[in-house]
Amino acid sequence: MSNSSHKSKETFSRTLIFVFIICLVCAALVSVSAISLKPLQKANRLLDQHTKILEAAGLSDVADKNGVDATFAKFVTAKFVNLATGDFTTGDHETYNERTDARDTAKSSAVKDTKVGLRRRADKAVIYLVKNDQGSINSVVLPIVGMGLWDIMYGYVGLEADLNTAKRVVYYDLKETPGLGAEVQNPKWKAKWKGKKMFDDKHNIAIQIVKGGAKKGDIHGVDALSGATLTSRGVNRTIHFWLGDEGYGPFIAKFGGKLNNGGLN
Amino acid sequence: MSSDTKKVLFGPIINNNPITLQVLGVCSALAVSNSMANALVMSLAVMMVTAFSSMFISMIRNQIPSSVRIIVQMAIIASLVIVVDQVLKAFSYQLSKELSVYVGLIITNCIVMGRAEAFAMKEKPLVSFLDGIGNGLGYGAVLLTVAFFRELLGFGRLFGVEILPLIQNDGWYQANGLLVLPFSSFFVIGMIIWAVRTKKPEQVEKD
Repeated sequence: MSNSSHKSKETFSRTLIFVFIICLVCAALVSVSAISLKPLQKANRLLDQHTKILEAAGLSDVADKNGVDATFAKFVTAKFVNLATGDFTTGDHETYNERTDARDTAKSSAVKDTKVGLRRRADKAVIYLVKNDQGSINSVVLPIVGMGLWDIMYGYVGLEADLNTAKRVVYYDLKETPGLGAEVQNPKWKAKWKGKKMFDDKHNIAIQIVKGGAKKGDIHGVDALSGATLTSRGVNRTIHFWLGDEGYGPFIAKFGGKLNNGGLN
Repeated sequence: MSSDTKKVLFGPIINNNPITLQVLGVCSALAVSNSMANALVMSLAVMMVTAFSSMFISMIRNQIPSSVRIIVQMAIIASLVIVVDQVLKAFSYQLSKELSVYVGLIITNCIVMGRAEAFAMKEKPLVSFLDGIGNGLGYGAVLLTVAFFRELLGFGRLFGVEILPLIQNDGWYQANGLLVLPFSSFFVIGMIIWAVRTKKPEQVEKD
């Protein structure tokens, strides 16, 4: 390269123009890819969410056979619940986002139970009523959020229509240690929830994750994950929070055992 | 294929490996080598970014004012990384969820920047592209080797398929929890460097 062309490259205005053009080209590239791929990404997110909801309701086998979208459309209805009163309420669940609502002081409440690791929780929640082949509701999937060891974990708890008997606890977004805390995603562990009773006869929260393993026949005990004491504790606190008064407690008190008899439209 | 092209393309796999010889890009090699699937996707992503960024930078290498050349390289690399991230989210959602921030962190992977500055700024676009592919292959070779040991011994699996049945799944294998954690890659990478340099003593740095 000759000396003169080297010099001409280094003028202030030329540098500025060059950088400007590069920025334009790069910005165009990024925006085109982001916008053109957005529909696919959204579909992926929904598919993932639906898969997890069906799993929490114990319908994974059906979904594998008939496809997630068809199964979800056939069996699942999304409903809004006002957490403070426990009543059903209205809203657009297509656009609803609990994470943005939980940050909005007008749409959320401060959390009193500090152990769960949340500062605020949204006032409304989208829950999923899952019908069986006969058309009556046989399970309910409730979203749960709570601190694990490293970060907030997002998941679903599937209950039978009595709102007492557990089906599955399924986490879909977490940053726990692979092989230890992330074993909450192990199918064997998720299956341990099946049939456990969340409440005792006096309607107190009785479900407990037991370090060292639950006793045989303990209908309220779930084995803790070995090597992941803190994640297990986080899951326990999360479940207790969401079943309690600040979570779905009022809803469960109102509708426990009453969802079957067509009390819902 | 001429011997020069071969050298550019396959040289970085062992003889001039970016991780074991140049010791670049170790950070992400630690983070995403806990499973074969993650390592494979990450390697492909790095390969694509290195190849295309080298090519684009080489195409405009005579135009880049040297006072802002690093910034210009960064802008190109960062844009390509975002594109790769978007494509992953659109076509491989599960893996993109697992790789999470590490795809974005390809921007800071020294291999990409290193090849742009050391190679693409001097060479023609096509050979720069091949150099990028070659370095991606070299990175991938190390990443997959590390992931092989970490996934097999840490989880008893390869590509998610159970090879050694774990005790918690009623098998006999007690998983090695150390290999699950990122820093265990230091041991595996160290062993690989040791093995390569025992075989090829000319790679050993002089005191």
